[in-house]
Amino acid sequence: MTALLHASAVLATAREVVPARAQMATTLGFHIILACFGIAFPTIVLVTEYIGLKRSDEVAMTLARRWSQALGVLVAVGAVTGTVLSFEMGLLWPGLMRKYGAVIGLPFSVEGIFFFLEAIFTGIYLYGWRRLRGWAHFWSGIPVAVSGIFGAISVMAANSWMNQPGGFTLRAGRVVAVEPWAVFFNRASVYEMPHMVLAAYMVAGFGVASVYAVGFLRGRRDRYHRLGFGIPFVLAAALTPFQIFVGDTAARAVAADQPVKFAAMEYVAHTSRGVPEYVGGVYSGGHVYFGLAIPDFDSLLVGFSPHTKVLGWDSVAPVDRPPAPTLIHLAFDAMVGLAFLLLGAGLWALVVWRRRRALPEHRWFWCLAAACGPAALVAMECGWIVTEVGRQPWVVYRLLTTAQAATTNQGVIESLSGVIVLYAVLGVVTVVILRLLARRWREGDEGEASVPYGPPRHPAPVAGEGT
Amino acid sequence: MISEAVGAILLVVLTLYAILAGADFGGGLWDLLAGGDKRGRAPRQLIDETITPVWEANHVWLIFALVVFWTAFPTAFAAVMTAAALPLWLAVLGIVLRGAGFAFRKEVHGLRSERLLGATFAVSSLLTPFFMGTVVGAVAAGRVALDAEHSTLAAWTSPTSLLIGGLFVAVCAYLAAVFLIGEAIRRDDPRHERYFRRRAAIAGAAAGALSLAALAELHHSNVALYHGLTGRALPLVLLATVCGLVVISLLALGRTRGLRALSVLGVVAVVWGWGVAQYPTLLPGTGLTLANGSAPHGTLVGVIVVFVAAVLLVGPGFLLLFWLHGRQLLESDAHPTVHR
Repeated sequence: MTALLHASAVLATAREVVPARAQMATTLGFHIILACFGIAFPTIVLVTEYIGLKRSDEVAMTLARRWSQALGVLVAVGAVTGTVLSFEMGLLWPGLMRKYGAVIGLPFSVEGIFFFLEAIFTGIYLYGWRRLRGWAHFWSGIPVAVSGIFGAISVMAANSWMNQPGGFTLRAGRVVAVEPWAVFFNRASVYEMPHMVLAAYMVAGFGVASVYAVGFLRGRRDRYHRLGFGIPFVLAAALTPFQIFVGDTAARAVAADQPVKFAAMEYVAHTSRGVPEYVGGVYSGGHVYFGLAIPDFDSLLVGFSPHTKVLGWDSVAPVDRPPAPTLIHLAFDAMVGLAFLLLGAGLWALVVWRRRRALPEHRWFWCLAAACGPAALVAMECGWIVTEVGRQPWVVYRLLTTAQAATTNQGVIESLSGVIVLYAVLGVVTVVILRLLARRWREGDEGEASVPYGPPRHPAPVAGEGT
Repeated sequence: MISEAVGAILLVVLTLYAILAGADFGGGLWDLLAGGDKRGRAPRQLIDETITPVWEANHVWLIFALVVFWTAFPTAFAAVMTAAALPLWLAVLGIVLRGAGFAFRKEVHGLRSERLLGATFAVSSLLTPFFMGTVVGAVAAGRVALDAEHSTLAAWTSPTSLLIGGLFVAVCAYLAAVFLIGEAIRRDDPRHERYFRRRAAIAGAAAGALSLAALAELHHSNVALYHGLTGRALPLVLLATVCGLVVISLLALGRTRGLRALSVLGVVAVVWGWGVAQYPTLLPGTGLTLANGSAPHGTLVGVIVVFVAAVLLVGPGFLLLFWLHGRQLLESDAHPTVHR
């Protein structure tokens, strides 16, 4: 009888775990884009304002002011989509909260402090442009940039804890003691934290730069566009080599700490030595199709020797293996490949700059530069797919499965459908609003005082409204 | 002892959210009720200028409350999130629509899209506090079971829940109207001072009536809490009543001094009255108390340290933000004109 009850309970949870995971993936995948801009865009704006103030550069000041307006929209949307995630921690994963809320909550509560500081000083910075002049205004933005970084570090502490849980004592399946420091600084946080902060700077930097690269391709090559491209591009490109180094270190650490995730990333079915590195390829029924195999190279990357033993996913029972190795592997390859593409774009600009002290003229460079924003974004999303899908079936590695954590409530399919529609609308409107801002800037209309839906102040010029 | 301290921290955070964000929600309500495009233009502008630079910072108290709740009292958190999932999802929907609608409407030009986004903001300002109130009502009425596997309609649609949902809306409207009186005076705008005086009095009276109705209803739904409110917490209940009556008299007499402080004190007294009356129970009807429902010692120490750090770091930040906002140094329409 109890066995039957248990079986039906497992079935009940299993039914909702897939839509719950899909919903978490949708909302996190959407929010993380805004989070990247929230973390790194303030720094880009501040660097630009610094240049503007230091050199009395009116063009840089205009860029900084306009960017902060776009930042305002992105931060507001990011604040609410982040709130959705906070609720989902409980609404979708009450099992995780019940068992480990006392542990994983600590880094999130630290994040709360930085979220506060970010929101407070964003309010001052964004709306202080007119009355707080000069350096006072610049300094009001510094806490935004700093707390963005520390907020990201805190959230990554929580995520890395899920990969390398530590800092607590279990007795009879219950958490009975917690050491906050060991929770925050777990084995994975040392590489996850810089990996995400750098990713945020690359997504925001390359993202903003590609807007101006598109402008270049359309023939807008004035100083405004050169500066609008140059500042974020240089920042992001300069960080790319460090990101590749951190990523490489992280992959080796994953090979040691989460060998099954690593096996899925690299198609290592059987534990062996002299493991080949697959570039691309689809895994099906024990074979890798269409992949380019480089002999011994995976072993070499993991342990700097072709004889390094790499654990395969056959080291654990089938139920403990992540689903869809093809997805994990291709996402990993895409992330790494795109990182090298971004590195290449930066090197191209560097070589031309060293020769001629100018930006490249070649049309292909600007096509590549325009693609860098989407490339950085896709790479970042792929990284999240690798780490999150690769951790399955666990939500807390080797301690709690995602199915055990999922809500027992019905209706997740409904909330998932709602979320997909809502976020699609939200995404489209955000893009439309940003494009509207850009068009207004181009037309030189910097926005008369915006009045909440009242009739136009001057009734005559109706043209161009409501498009 | 330490779990009591963390319980108090949670109540402090909830109080701050109720007052600061409550006033922002209320602003949305008055925006909703401000009438057509022409008539509603001026009050909407005042509301917009008041909310814009501060609403995000005020909203963070909710995130902080959620995190403190799940970190310090994980079992109760999971139970609430399961049993009251539906109203919580609806509140989340309201939060998304409200924030996005508010941020977007400032950037669009054109009456039609501004009206659509403005209406989104305003309607969700009504729905969000209502659904949050029903969840608090479900807890207060003892309708959240520890082992609930499913969310049920019955958990959050009892008369207690609906009354507390309505009470939340009324309190938001009341606080917002009182705060907006101050904003109108600061702008030498006697027309809107009168406008919001009238509305503050109506909302205050509605909040008072709903409080009494909820109290009476608790006599049926959770008699222990009722006895708490009419016993141990009676001084706070009386304080709230006195504050409400004095504020309504001041409003009627056209006085301004002490209006804001007394209205805030009244709301604080209601929230803490609930806390004191319910103490030491965490989830009524489940046997879960602050002591047996709290996280291990190390976590609670961590929460206290984080809270102290938050007060030290965030407190001055908030004071600076409100000070700058009060001196009208932050402009919601400060959309960068190049030369000025």
